[in-house]
Amino acid sequence: MKGAERLAAAFRQAKEEDRTALVVFLAAGDPDFETTVELARAAVEAGADVLELGVPFSDPLADGPVIQAAYTRALAGGSTTTATMDCAARIARETEAPVVLMVALNCVLARGFHGFCAAAAEAGVSGILIPDLPVDDASEMREAAERVGLGTVFLVGPDSGPDRVAAAAAASTGFVYLMRRRGITGAGSGGVDLERRLKEVRAAGSAPVAVGFGISTPEDAAELAGVADGVIVGSVLVDTAFRARAAGRDAGEGMERAVRKVKEAVTGLSRALHVGSESTGVARKNAPVRGSSQKAGRQDRG
Amino acid sequence: MERMTGAETVGVATETRGRFGPFGGRYVPETLMPALEDLEAGWSRAWGDPGFRRRLDELLGTFVGRPTPLHPALRLDGESGDSARIYLKREDLCHTGSHKLNNALGQALLAVELGRTRLIAETGAGQHGVASATAAAFLGLPCRVYMGTEDMARQRLNVVRMELLGAELVPVEAGSRTLKDATNEAIREWMSSYRDTHYLIGSAVGPHPYPTMVRSLQEVIGTEARAQILEAEGRLPDGLVACVGGGSNAIGFFSAFLDHAHVRLVGVEAGGTGHGPGSHAASVSRGRPGVLHGAFSYLLQDHDGQIDPTHSLAAGLDYPGVGPEHAWLHASGRARYLTVDDGAAREAFLALSRREGIIPALESAHAVAYALQWARELGPEGVLVVCLSGRGDKDVDSAVAGVQ
Repeated sequence: MKGAERLAAAFRQAKEEDRTALVVFLAAGDPDFETTVELARAAVEAGADVLELGVPFSDPLADGPVIQAAYTRALAGGSTTTATMDCAARIARETEAPVVLMVALNCVLARGFHGFCAAAAEAGVSGILIPDLPVDDASEMREAAERVGLGTVFLVGPDSGPDRVAAAAAASTGFVYLMRRRGITGAGSGGVDLERRLKEVRAAGSAPVAVGFGISTPEDAAELAGVADGVIVGSVLVDTAFRARAAGRDAGEGMERAVRKVKEAVTGLSRALHVGSESTGVARKNAPVRGSSQKAGRQDRG
Repeated sequence: MERMTGAETVGVATETRGRFGPFGGRYVPETLMPALEDLEAGWSRAWGDPGFRRRLDELLGTFVGRPTPLHPALRLDGESGDSARIYLKREDLCHTGSHKLNNALGQALLAVELGRTRLIAETGAGQHGVASATAAAFLGLPCRVYMGTEDMARQRLNVVRMELLGAELVPVEAGSRTLKDATNEAIREWMSSYRDTHYLIGSAVGPHPYPTMVRSLQEVIGTEARAQILEAEGRLPDGLVACVGGGSNAIGFFSAFLDHAHVRLVGVEAGGTGHGPGSHAASVSRGRPGVLHGAFSYLLQDHDGQIDPTHSLAAGLDYPGVGPEHAWLHASGRARYLTVDDGAAREAFLALSRREGIIPALESAHAVAYALQWARELGPEGVLVVCLSGRGDKDVDSAVAGVQ
């Protein structure tokens, strides 16, 4: 199984197990690709269903300080598109989870839509999200993705009107990325009426709906359990890994600590999700949570 | 760029999204799409509203100081008599010292019209920051300006002016700490504040409708200059010269002459100190198409699409992109884009100061430098008009530092 099928299977399996899929974001090459592969492995072992791999870009508009800093470290370490594809290939090969690339439009244009999508598919990638390519300008990209069997992911914003919601839902063959609030990753304000939004999105398409932006604590994730098909967690984990590395004097030891912290964070979220899905409907906010990631909750991400 | 041209890329929305040939468009995260749709609708409503236009025109007269003069720079080439006559469109005489207020005032009025209660802006040289702070003070709106710390250091005077005008200055430490990074931060802020905040972009860059809106607000430069040169010479000029960073003064200046095919248009980019990445800011001359800050245009970038660092002595030109309409004027051959390096710009800065009694902005000095060369090539029958986009008070330290 490969490409979009692998992505669909991951969401399907979560659904069959009556739980919300956990999508974990990693910044590729931060600070090197070996670390990214190890973090990916740890995240999957700890329960990640899907990995969203951010391709480093010099000027990421939609991302907050945590991910921007991660990309800066990756680029300083010599990250290239080719090396990122190789990293994606290793992750796709060595873990169970499907990989979705999140990549700035300009990095895609450098190879052309068809060239980029073909390389991604070749690497075993399952889906592609180009945050600064609005759905109304995406016909060539959609065609390129479809040709090589990549799932597409489009964003639904907090203030996207009905037409835009419908267009994004219809165009998404991987999953729909529903933004929980305004702003950039890891910061911002203004939540949306999620239940209403989810209804609108589901009415317009059949792809699973994952919610992201500002999911930084197990409680945040627990709120979405059973409501959304997936929950996307990023900045908090990128930051946790970074802090662990920064604190560790010995590189190997720092790595161990980083992986463990990510594991704990993911496990905490996962546990919260499982608890959430066991309850029958409401009151998920009160789900007991024992993850260790609360401390990093300020530096979040979706 | 072959990979991204024509209708198959842009789908059905081509006409409504500010396309200049294949260039322009609206490439932003979905969060901002509703904000830009609102702005587009509000802008076309206001621009078509005689009341709005009347109020803007009045203020361009009483507050900005328009029309600005067209000055014959007779001594600039040492009165040799061998060169074409050079006229300077004196945007440096606008209130706040540059053409930037034409746009800032127009957008600030629009913001009020749209019910926005605060302004944010990015700035490189600080001229747009000062213009935005001025328009905000005049209209009673709070204003936040993002500025790279590298630019804050080299444009100290404008930092002080913005503070005096009551603007909140946010230093940007990211990346190259210049205009590109200030723009990133302003866009990021806008993604959470757009409901009550207008993002006042200072150049003809960014997602639709900004390039069109900024061009329209700056077109007054060209419209006045055309009437003034006809009055002075009884004919249109042989050529226009303007500096191009994002390209707002140039596009406003050029646009009134676009239909006069025999008037040659030249945009002067920052040649900096050399040809390698990080030593110049010549996006059109040395870049290739891509997407930065929401528009498809020429960019300085590496083969992976990472944005290259840039350099120019002139902070206002120190930007890796260019407005999409310039990209189209270049690709279609209507305008030419070439470079003037730091040294030549500095020489022109001094020449204009000493021979004409006008201290130009270092940005504008790039245009003056090329005009001097072109005037000699054209000979005494020729007529050139240069957009002197700003005055040079802010630059005295940078300009003098290189003169020993």
